[in-house]
Amino acid sequence: MDKVTRLASENGLVLFSKSSCCLCYAVKILFQEIGVTPTVYELDQDPEGREMERALMRLGCSAPVPAVFIGGKLVGSTNEVMSLHLSGGLIPLLRPYHSMC
Amino acid sequence: MNSPTPQFVPSRLGIYEPIHQIGIWGENFKSNGNPNTSTSVIVEVDNKLENESETTSHEMLTASNNYKQEASKPIDKIQRRLAQNREAARKSRLRKKAYVQQLENSRLKLIQLEQELQRARQQGLYMGGVLEGSHIGFSGTVNSGIAAFEMEYGRWVDVQHRQICELRTALNAHISDIELRILVESGIGHYFELFRMKSTVAKADVFYVISGVWKTSAERFFSWIGGFRPSELLKVLVPQLDPLTEQQILEVCNLKQSCQQAEDALSQGMEKLQETVSSTVAGGPVDEVSYIPQVATAMEKLEALVSFVNQADHLRQETLQQMSRILTTRQAARGLLALGEYFHRLRALSTLWATRPPEPSLP
Repeated sequence: MDKVTRLASENGLVLFSKSSCCLCYAVKILFQEIGVTPTVYELDQDPEGREMERALMRLGCSAPVPAVFIGGKLVGSTNEVMSLHLSGGLIPLLRPYHSMC
Repeated sequence: MNSPTPQFVPSRLGIYEPIHQIGIWGENFKSNGNPNTSTSVIVEVDNKLENESETTSHEMLTASNNYKQEASKPIDKIQRRLAQNREAARKSRLRKKAYVQQLENSRLKLIQLEQELQRARQQGLYMGGVLEGSHIGFSGTVNSGIAAFEMEYGRWVDVQHRQICELRTALNAHISDIELRILVESGIGHYFELFRMKSTVAKADVFYVISGVWKTSAERFFSWIGGFRPSELLKVLVPQLDPLTEQQILEVCNLKQSCQQAEDALSQGMEKLQETVSSTVAGGPVDEVSYIPQVATAMEKLEALVSFVNQADHLRQETLQQMSRILTTRQAARGLLALGEYFHRLRALSTLWATRPPEPSLP
């Protein structure tokens, strides 16, 4: 099992990011606003970062980061997360994995 | 009743000032008490003001002499003169009213012409492209991308205006929901078309989209990452949608909240991008001549701007989509009308602002 899939299934909410990526930063802020804390992996700080990027692209992401996984399943990038949130689907999806205040 | 009523006539400066009242009396007597003096009085007075060099002191003297003579004349002649004066005043007021009406019409015409001119100028400017010296890109494709967008956007606004009128008519005519749905779908589709256009031109020049130079000035005032704020959209729409069901109120409330959160997230992401670019450009020793490394790195970082513009448009699109889902056909139609009308009014505001009379310069 490749590293990405393994890491993604270890926690309820997983975000693959890059520390220099401002769009990733925006997604982090969004989770903060909702009141959830994702497990974040910064690919630019991971020795296997390049390989992980390629793995994410193979999974169907148009851009490797930001990539959001909920319950081990790929939700998508910023587009998908925003759409999900506006349709009211993001919070219910997160509920089993995070206690919300 | 012996004092004459003040008369007002527009001067060359457009300021309404009282005519020298003695002057009118003077004119009346000069024309030998002719019962039809009223119109000639006005004409005379106009000429007076036109010339400006008229000294009224002489007239005041002769008029006051005439006025002393006047006191000894029979009552009915006095009455007649008063009536003539009233008639003159009435006609003067009518002329003033007609003049103001004419001014108003001219002003509206001017506004329309200004709008046409601006649109034509933008199109002409970008068709001219490099020759005009604006939006000079280092590749021909940048110019043509912007030129194409300018033309398409001009058409987009025209279609938008037509759609608003159709919606208004349809809502007042109480057409069937099925027919109304068609209008709603094309209305929403029209906004999606704009987002597609923006996405294309953002690839050509993202700064162009973000600058909002393609919009009118009042619209630009509200600009957020190259367009309107989705939360703003909801603020404009929701009051127009009453009555909403309990369920709808709840869903709209949730949408407002999630929209605001997404907006905040993107706003903060943009701030981070600004900080990053700024520190990259400012970085490195300034006593060295070459800044190429810093600028080159900054170029890479700026690539993210395109993503942000796309995300902002995506948020706008999603907001519209969700509202369309929550609302009934009729409510959606009213919402689209409200939104379209709002932007139409912002554009009118821009034109009016641009054509307002200049402030008088301080001495």
